[in-house]
Amino acid sequence: MSTFADHTRSIRRAAVSLFLAAAAYESIARSGVFPPSLLPSLVAVAGALVDGVLDGSLPAHALATLYRVLMGVGLAIAFGLPLGILMGRFRPVESFFLPLASALMPIPSLAWVPVFILWLGLGNATAIGIVLYAALFPLLLNAWSGVRAVDPLWLRAGSAMGADERALFWKVILPGAFPFVIAGLRQAFLRAWIAVVGAEMLAASDWGLGWIIFDAKEFLRADVMLASLAVIGMIGFAFERLIFGSLERVTVLRWGMVRTAKR
Amino acid sequence: MPHIEVHDVSLIYDTPAGRVVGVEHSSFDIEQSEFVCLVGPSGCGKSTLLNIIAGFLVPTAGEIRIGGKAITGHGMDRGIVFQDFAQLFPWRTARGNVAFGLEMKGVPAPERERIALEHLRLVKLEKFANAYPHHLSGGMQQRVAIARALAYNPSVLLMDEPFAALDALTRDDMQKLLADVWRETRKTVVYVTHNVAEAVYLADRVLVMTPHPGTVRCQVPIRLERPRDPLSAEFIEHQKELLRHLGGQAAAS
Repeated sequence: MSTFADHTRSIRRAAVSLFLAAAAYESIARSGVFPPSLLPSLVAVAGALVDGVLDGSLPAHALATLYRVLMGVGLAIAFGLPLGILMGRFRPVESFFLPLASALMPIPSLAWVPVFILWLGLGNATAIGIVLYAALFPLLLNAWSGVRAVDPLWLRAGSAMGADERALFWKVILPGAFPFVIAGLRQAFLRAWIAVVGAEMLAASDWGLGWIIFDAKEFLRADVMLASLAVIGMIGFAFERLIFGSLERVTVLRWGMVRTAKR
Repeated sequence: MPHIEVHDVSLIYDTPAGRVVGVEHSSFDIEQSEFVCLVGPSGCGKSTLLNIIAGFLVPTAGEIRIGGKAITGHGMDRGIVFQDFAQLFPWRTARGNVAFGLEMKGVPAPERERIALEHLRLVKLEKFANAYPHHLSGGMQQRVAIARALAYNPSVLLMDEPFAALDALTRDDMQKLLADVWRETRKTVVYVTHNVAEAVYLADRVLVMTPHPGTVRCQVPIRLERPRDPLSAEFIEHQKELLRHLGGQAAAS
């Protein structure tokens, strides 16, 4: 079976799923059960979306939010991945950091927002800090689990062939833990969006998708709210397709370390 | 001077249930380019002994010398093939796996490629150089593992039941291939197996091990012409002899 045929089929399935969800929403919106100002039709939402894009405000908000997400997730990768790997590899690092991670992890990132505002003020620093907090633990825990799931046989084979600790790290442990690392990246990204939108609502920074959703409430603009939510959804969709999906295809799928779902 | 000297090696495990003797007072020598099989029932300590020679386990007593030098841990003078197909790195192609040891040695890339391909040719897999392990059959994966263990040119090849998980037909082919590879490379081989016919087919000398405690009970030289015919009377006679040694110990225990 050609991968091209597979690809078009998967796009078709994705389109059908989105279309069905839109149709279900539209039929409820147009049934007249709820007032259109509260449950606007997709046409109205699309109108708000187009207006926002044309006047440049929506892309600017989206970029502001995306910047916070990428900065926060980037920092979380920079700290969480190495630390998680070290925790999985060295017992003293694990026993030092694991209790700390276990205690901090269950605290919702949004509960930190007021604290971060006190420390960092309103604006990007707080939002990025909150995203970092939210994205850190999925990366840390997945990297930690991934290292512990590395087949000991690979380590034996690697060291038998002369790999020192450094070579083992880069050439055996990191690729060996990659299925978990990708899972961690996905979860981190997801948590980052939850955190950034919440942080923007609470830290009221005048910019960002979370902020316009919160702001639109003052003007009873459900269409603007839904248009902003749609933008978040589209960015998430694009990231899954372009980044996580591709990353998975050229690594763990290609290596046979994870498998595709059945046709 | 023998290539490998195993001198009075013992390994005692401390387990929660008490001291368990894995290997006791084992001594033997292996000559340069000799093919030696360690044969015994499961639990006789043959894999433990191999892992001590490999340097993965440290004996509680005794010493092992390779080329006159006492070993301390694993080293690139030894190549190792395990039983489990999963020993290959799934994220590297067949060629990438074979090149790993050369990479660790700091061999430049073009040279690495050349040597890796040469060794894939040795195990008749040059056509699959760019295949990932999950696209190869079990037998092919074990052949890549043999090529990988030889590529960085160790003087000793250690093999821990490498064909035990293969079907009988593939195993026969693999034994022939290994006999050819050994004839060409003239490595010193220590090969662990519980399969008596395999030992008679491959070995210059068979060390019979007995459990409780694990020790080398006797040595049987196999002086048959190669390639060996598993259906010949002498071949079967050697098998019977080995089985007698193994059976005697089963009756005694």
